[in-house]
Amino acid sequence: MKERIEQLPRAKKAQQLSYRIMIGEAMNKKVLTLTAGHTMMDVRTVLRDHRISGVPIVESGRLLGIVSIEDLINCLRSGAMEKAVKDVMTTEVVTLFADEPLSHAIHKFGKHGFGRFPVLDRATGKVAGIITKKDIIRCLLKSLQSLYHAKESRRKPPLKTCSLVTDFPSDGTTLTLKYAVKGGDFRKAGEKSDLLKESLLRLGYSDDEIRRLIIAVLEAEMNLVVFTGQGEIRAQIEPRRISVKVTDDGPGIPDIELAMRPGYSTAPDFVRELGFGAGMGLPNIKSSTDEMRIESSPGRGTNLEFSVVLG
Amino acid sequence: MTLREVVEALDLRVLVGRDLLGKTVAGGYASDVLSDVLTHSGKGYVWVTVQIHPNVSAVAMAKDLAAIIITNGRSPEAETLRKAEQKKIPVLVSPWSTYKVAGKLYELGIE
Repeated sequence: MKERIEQLPRAKKAQQLSYRIMIGEAMNKKVLTLTAGHTMMDVRTVLRDHRISGVPIVESGRLLGIVSIEDLINCLRSGAMEKAVKDVMTTEVVTLFADEPLSHAIHKFGKHGFGRFPVLDRATGKVAGIITKKDIIRCLLKSLQSLYHAKESRRKPPLKTCSLVTDFPSDGTTLTLKYAVKGGDFRKAGEKSDLLKESLLRLGYSDDEIRRLIIAVLEAEMNLVVFTGQGEIRAQIEPRRISVKVTDDGPGIPDIELAMRPGYSTAPDFVRELGFGAGMGLPNIKSSTDEMRIESSPGRGTNLEFSVVLG
Repeated sequence: MTLREVVEALDLRVLVGRDLLGKTVAGGYASDVLSDVLTHSGKGYVWVTVQIHPNVSAVAMAKDLAAIIITNGRSPEAETLRKAEQKKIPVLVSPWSTYKVAGKLYELGIE
């Protein structure tokens, strides 16, 4: 009993989904078809080889009829396997349109008890796919799954959006966000720049305003991950300007001019295979920002500073 | 052109974002070098790549890409999908090569 109560909301969700999802999304688009001139022998081959229980008869995209496994059995019994498909097929076929909701398909399965329905494109009238109960179940399960995942990720309550200008009136407000980055952890590269992006969005900045900055921060973060043991990203946020300081305990850069040259890279091969280390990081940071400074000497780490003026 | 039309035309497998296919595709880019994508792709682009590690999602996020198309039928890592799911970035898979996928996209009028 307990189980039933728990499952009820999920079942209801599936029902709601069936109104939202279109048949075109759930149907099988690779339809096996035969033409009117084929014989029942051909039908037997197709049904057997593909383990299906019916095949639409189509001529240049138009649906003429359908032959099911029952028709085949009847022909086998009466020895009429040489018969042309057009003399056996059902011509009054129940069809669905690709832009109808899935609930219509479910309803028709309940009403007619057929194993499959050809699906037509409403605009052209041509066969666009075929749908079975299996397709519907697969599609609903998949959608339920992604719905579940979406719910999981929404669990974190959204912070109220605020603004540096209106919520903290002063003669000059600066908010500093600090992020520690561990070297070598490729899996996590990108995590901190994403956190910064989320915070900036919450502060009311738009995606477009901060894109250049986030690209630079992501490049810097990837540099820390690829080349250093650990480092820190410190973002100073003023209403119309964001300055970022990136420091690390890494090996340092012996020749900065060379490091700034596009394509120059000291990254090991395995790093390059992952798509990092193509020698584009620093040049990319420079071109994405309004100001950039870099200081480094071998054995003493690197200090990188850049800033972006907004609007 | 919407992502749905692209998915249908190229018969892509949708791993993440079945409910996000209404997005408009603004352009396309094909590369396996992350910095290159950060530099040359644009907002609303579809990105064609063989890379499958989680940083792919990070790059797509930073650039607000419309979708990631992974080629050669490669399977993205679980973490990649989790991140993409969380950030609402569709992940699509094609059995074709990057070359062929990019060619088909271009044929569809995506430049």
